[in-house]
Amino acid sequence: MSRTAVKRPDPLQPSRPVALGLLVVAIIYVSVLLLLPLAAVFVEALRNGWEAAAAAIVDADAVAAIKLTLLVAVIAVPANLTFGVAAAWLIAKHDFRGKDFLLTLIDIPFSVSPVVSGLIYVLLYGAHGWFGPFLQEHDIEIIFAVPGIVLATVFVTFPFVARELVPLMVAQGRAEEEAALSLGANGWQTFVRVTLPNIRWGLLYGVLLTNARAMGEFGAVSVVSGHIRGETNTMPLHVEVLYNEYNFVAAFAVAALLALLALVTLALKTYLEWRHHDALAAAGH
Amino acid sequence: MGRPAMRILPGFSLTMGLTITWLSLIVLLPLSAVFLRSVTEGLDHFVSVAFSERALASYRVTFGAAAIAALTNMVFGLLIAWVLVRYKFPGRQLLSAVIDLPFALPTAVAGIALTAIYADTGWLGKPLADLGIVVAYRPQGIVVAMTFIGLPFVVRTVEPVLADLGRDIEEAAISLGASRWQTFTHVVFPEIRAALITGTALAFARGVGEYGSVIFIAGNMPFISEISPLLIITQLEQYDYAGAAAIAVVMLLISFSMLLLINRIQEHSRRKAGL
Repeated sequence: MSRTAVKRPDPLQPSRPVALGLLVVAIIYVSVLLLLPLAAVFVEALRNGWEAAAAAIVDADAVAAIKLTLLVAVIAVPANLTFGVAAAWLIAKHDFRGKDFLLTLIDIPFSVSPVVSGLIYVLLYGAHGWFGPFLQEHDIEIIFAVPGIVLATVFVTFPFVARELVPLMVAQGRAEEEAALSLGANGWQTFVRVTLPNIRWGLLYGVLLTNARAMGEFGAVSVVSGHIRGETNTMPLHVEVLYNEYNFVAAFAVAALLALLALVTLALKTYLEWRHHDALAAAGH
Repeated sequence: MGRPAMRILPGFSLTMGLTITWLSLIVLLPLSAVFLRSVTEGLDHFVSVAFSERALASYRVTFGAAAIAALTNMVFGLLIAWVLVRYKFPGRQLLSAVIDLPFALPTAVAGIALTAIYADTGWLGKPLADLGIVVAYRPQGIVVAMTFIGLPFVVRTVEPVLADLGRDIEEAAISLGASRWQTFTHVVFPEIRAALITGTALAFARGVGEYGSVIFIAGNMPFISEISPLLIITQLEQYDYAGAAAIAVVMLLISFSMLLLINRIQEHSRRKAGL
């Protein structure tokens, strides 16, 4: 890709009025559709001043919701991280039949409605579900309790890490690992010292997306949670409860906290794409 | 890469075992439960719930709104991808980052924010109401929410294809006397058509399943502005598990056919590109 040394007018240089027009349309569309709602969250949260917003966040139920959201993320993210790395190692570093089919299966949760993602666990573990009577007999609570919320969250965030790592690891090939093995490293050493450094930025990227979705998931969690205040309400569910009670300032205050999380995620994501573009390039960013 | 398969890297059985176990426990078994459970009360019950007047109305609302939203994003998503790839302007990186906002912002947050904006006292709802246009608590509100969450799918699918497009064929077209518009419709567009359809289909599929950002702004009136995912929850609240599963099965089958279609389109365009 060497550039031609001779400078000549680019025939594809956009005509100024057209370019300007398209740019203005793009900016207006994005501003009205995406930025306006973001601004509304913060404006509504601060409608009655900082104190009112802060009070809504330090409220006992809100604190419980924040803790539960963090707990769910702390379980779901490492679980899917482990799975994602295992699946990517399997798919990128080995040859076997049915690889494409396996990839399709891993992608399924992306094409399932969040509500259905929650429903499937209610059908299995709910009071009237297949394992419901058994669970009741043994006093195990899954639905309308934390385990159900974790399961639903793991489901909706299932493909993120694997999706990020598979193309990256396929592009990196196997030569480095094979070299390490031939020099006497064992499999685990090879993974930790050779593969992991190569994929660390992609891994971080996948974790970032997984975490954002895990903390923000609403539909799937809403089906399995039972909306018990202070017990099974995550932050997004707490937003809904407050909103339905017409406690708008409090609802938007908690929502603003989630919006801040989204902004931090976007900033980190953009930074990774900019700073470590080459280390992520294979995944198509 | 086209060398003979040599399985010399370790960890095959371990990672295969982990992947299959985790996949089965989290995805495959629970999903198969939906299909089995949907017919436990008999086929009659399945049909009477999944194809009841109310369910049919919900499919019309859900798929209709998702289609309008996806087509809107097809036009503007293509335009935004074009602007991001072809033009250099200050703030390009920022505009690009903002596109991903619907991926990052929790859907419930988007839902209440959109409702606040489009309610008849809101920033846009008030001026629109003066013009006699009502958005919130109507099917129109559902379209707005689905448009919000669908945009990044179109932009992010079209953008890389547009960026990879060699400029030489466009230059050739122009030097042969084609206008800019002819170059776009005859040279550029055929190259990005598959990506554009894929992105639009992804946005459509996402809209069909969407719940969090829709329910606050929809009004949720049966037959008018009730989406199918909400109807599933209604069935569940009445402890009609088979009924909930039946509607879920209809939605899943449509989603999976969409997925299959997308794969076909991509395969077709790959083959055409000779890859």
